[in-house]
Amino acid sequence: MSGSGAREAVFPTRQSLGLMKSKLKGAQTGHDLLKRKSEALTKRFREITRRIDEAKRKMGRVMQIAAFSLAEVTYAVGGDIGYQIQESAKSARFRIRTKQENVSGVFLPQFESYTTEGNNDFGLTGLGKGGQQVQKCRETYARAVETLVELASLQTAFVILDEVIKVVNRRVNAIEHVIIPRTENTIKYINSELDELDREEFYRLKKVSGKKQRDAAAGEKEREDARAAADEKENIGAEAADTQDLLGDKDNEDVIF
Amino acid sequence: MAAPTSTYKDRQFLAVIGDEDSVTGLLLAGIGHVTQPPDAQKNFLVVDAKTENSTIEAAFDRFVNERKDIAILLINQHIAERIRHRVDTYTAAFPALLEIPSKDHPYDPEKDSVLKRVRRLFGE
Repeated sequence: MSGSGAREAVFPTRQSLGLMKSKLKGAQTGHDLLKRKSEALTKRFREITRRIDEAKRKMGRVMQIAAFSLAEVTYAVGGDIGYQIQESAKSARFRIRTKQENVSGVFLPQFESYTTEGNNDFGLTGLGKGGQQVQKCRETYARAVETLVELASLQTAFVILDEVIKVVNRRVNAIEHVIIPRTENTIKYINSELDELDREEFYRLKKVSGKKQRDAAAGEKEREDARAAADEKENIGAEAADTQDLLGDKDNEDVIF
Repeated sequence: MAAPTSTYKDRQFLAVIGDEDSVTGLLLAGIGHVTQPPDAQKNFLVVDAKTENSTIEAAFDRFVNERKDIAILLINQHIAERIRHRVDTYTAAFPALLEIPSKDHPYDPEKDSVLKRVRRLFGE
């Protein structure tokens, strides 16, 4: 039976049928759009994962070079500078700015590095010796950090896209497997109910007209009978009336002049 | 769907949890920042063999949950390995968590929490 399966609680009227039809249409359009969005996002997502893979490898190389240049510094300065540097770090020279990028309605943040001019916490590092190596090391590490920042923004985009794709897919599936079948079911239900009502109405009308006919026939017959009876009566009456006074004042004596 | 701007607008620093060499190098690049004196907080933590895991976890928590000005958290992979359960369960977008190689421990893509997710997603 068409009423089986989940359907919405509506009264089977023509108005709600129209509502359901437009709802079904809306759901189908929405499904198409969301599906396309999900595809666009997934394409982007795959591209990002590929780039993450590349960036991770690049990071491995860059960090190796940076570590080597730090070793050079240690050698040139002739001692460990770690403690000195940790103590003299005060304010970040290397900072991050976030921008937004819009991919089919999803805002992906992008980190961008910039250096603030003017403050240099390590002005005295390597003053005695190894200043050149320290300078070189700083540049190498700055480049390494830039790579890291790039990788971080890819990774953030990955995390956000992952989440958004899940949400979009969930909605696509919900529309496809729940909303559309339910709306279709409701439409079927309303249609069958309306048909049923139509049949009922038709039957009732037929019944009514049949009864009317019967009534009419009975009335006719009655009238016929009545007329027949009346005729008979009239006939008898007429026979009696032959001798009667036309004016019906038989009590009065005829006045004779 | 996108995270509101407020969640990352003020994030402008990097934070590091790493061994001495990594931290020194990154500080040389100029990422080190110490907040104003009353509660001077460093945005880096040097970890050596004697550092307790609880210290690392506390620093991780502080950088991830408490500080709202950190955009990227860098952590050496061998240190991430020590608090692996925390790193793997961390899924928020901000701050971005990045595992970096250190001098003594080359980078191993197999252990990276994000690459693990990538592989899981593509079923490899």
